[in-house]
Amino acid sequence: MHSITIENLNWSYDQKEILKDISLKIKGGLFTGIIGPNGSGKTTMAKLLSKLLKTSKKTIFINNEDLSEIKIAQLAKSMAMVPQTTNITYDLTAYEVVLLGRTPHLKRFQQESHKDYEIVKAVMEETDTWQYKDRLIHQLSGGERQRVIIARALAQEPEVLILDEPVTYLDVHHQIQVMTLIKQLSETRNMTIVTILHDLNYALKYCDQVMMLHDGKVFKYGEPTEVVTKENILHVYDLDVSILEHPVTQLPLVVF
Amino acid sequence: MLNNLSKKIIIITLFVLLLLSMIVSCTIGPETIPFGDTVKLMLAKLPGIKSFIDVTDIKNTHVQILYVVRIPRIIGAALIGMALAGAGVIFQGVLRNPLAEPYVLGISSGAAFGGTLMIVTGVSFKILNMTSVSIGAFLGAIITMYLVYNIAKVGMKASVTTLLLSGIAVSFLLSSMVSLMIALNREQVEKIVFWTMGSLSAIKMNQIEVIYIPILLSVAVFIFFARDLNVLLLGEESATSMGIDVNLLRKILLFTASVATAFSVSVSGIIGFVGLIVPHAMRLVVGPNHKYLIPATILSGGIFLIISDTIARTIIAPSQLPLGVVTAIIGAPYFIFLLYRSNQVKR
Repeated sequence: MHSITIENLNWSYDQKEILKDISLKIKGGLFTGIIGPNGSGKTTMAKLLSKLLKTSKKTIFINNEDLSEIKIAQLAKSMAMVPQTTNITYDLTAYEVVLLGRTPHLKRFQQESHKDYEIVKAVMEETDTWQYKDRLIHQLSGGERQRVIIARALAQEPEVLILDEPVTYLDVHHQIQVMTLIKQLSETRNMTIVTILHDLNYALKYCDQVMMLHDGKVFKYGEPTEVVTKENILHVYDLDVSILEHPVTQLPLVVF
Repeated sequence: MLNNLSKKIIIITLFVLLLLSMIVSCTIGPETIPFGDTVKLMLAKLPGIKSFIDVTDIKNTHVQILYVVRIPRIIGAALIGMALAGAGVIFQGVLRNPLAEPYVLGISSGAAFGGTLMIVTGVSFKILNMTSVSIGAFLGAIITMYLVYNIAKVGMKASVTTLLLSGIAVSFLLSSMVSLMIALNREQVEKIVFWTMGSLSAIKMNQIEVIYIPILLSVAVFIFFARDLNVLLLGEESATSMGIDVNLLRKILLFTASVATAFSVSVSGIIGFVGLIVPHAMRLVVGPNHKYLIPATILSGGIFLIISDTIARTIIAPSQLPLGVVTAIIGAPYFIFLLYRSNQVKR
């Protein structure tokens, strides 16, 4: 299980400080949610963790390896990333998209082997997308497409999966479906999953750990019920909420 | 969607068609040369088997026409068609924009500017058998591309939108400079216009000897990066997270495609439409997977330009049409037909 260690991480964009002196350890094999208001640095954090943005040396360590020293081609074998939306206008089928996830494991002119096809079939069944394998990616609904993109990420056989607001653009049915899928992956595959979330109730319901960002700093990090509290939400979001008990699950429920 | 085996068969068929179109085109012209004689004369130039071919019974004028006039021109058409169509598929893939084509970054107007400048100033010299006009066009294309890329560059990387916009801006500027030079040099107008509309009528074997290595190398580079381009179809961020250095890939491919285009333009002038429609037509046939799309596009580009040039040199013989006019007249309606058909299928 790959842990992620962050040490004295700073990040500025055009002289504007986005992340300020962050140090923490994300435990391996857990489902960690990142929450926080707009502009608190969530997306920057996800991009730095997945090396879409390059940071200085010895600030982020994946499984105790300095991220800045790992080549992206190498990193892609152990880490996958799911963006907010994937806009593919060309006529690729869902199956072709997932098969592209095998790229990091293939040499330049190496043909996909039987093993690659097996992996693609397995991850498509796991994400319940095998039924759409021959459909064109741009003809799938948002929720179906997002599950195909998650299958593509899984085809990379990652130890660490980073998702940037994976459910933001989905309807509530597909939101629950995708969140349940991610939770299930975290349990069955023992992956380290880091997900940016907007919905505080999803953080409470699905995550093992929650990181609450505020003004580029980690305001709180820990168990969801300890982080998503009335006081913290008031401080970070400047919003007075009530926390009730969910009548069925008995989990805390944030009500606005 | 076709399966991969039939895509491979299509590529092999296109390869055979390319060779066939070269031979057939050699037979066509004001002087018709029999098919059998054409094949014999071509084989007689190949090392290894030439001693087995007897060409003594073929008319000497036919031999001359074929070796001096037609073969250089047809090989040129094949190479330039391959380069322009290949560059087109690369620009569309790497910029993730279906309207991108080899001339999109101002390459054509740069070449036109460089070539026209040489024509109107009357500077005349030769390097490696390339005329001053060719060299002017080549340098114009390369310098313009470099300029456009650096205008668009912010920090370390250039965004696709600013790249296309700065390409358009520079393109307009250089085109109006060409118009200005035409206005000031009325006596040269025919020479300039014929060249800016593209023509293979003046191509010589010694020019082919200069362009064939860079063009074939560029094509090899295009095929080399096919899988990277497929990954890039999923978006820049996804591609990066899948281990592709998008910035480096973009630089290598933009550079290679521009060089292939510049070499083509330097001998043929500006031939529009090949780089836009051939990749799109092939995308409708073999799909967007670059592993099949790149070879199919390159081969069809060669075939398309050979057919277009054969029409350009024969239809109003002994006069010739500008090649760019023919490619647009065949290309545009065919493209509209393909779009119409693919809309029908989707509905």
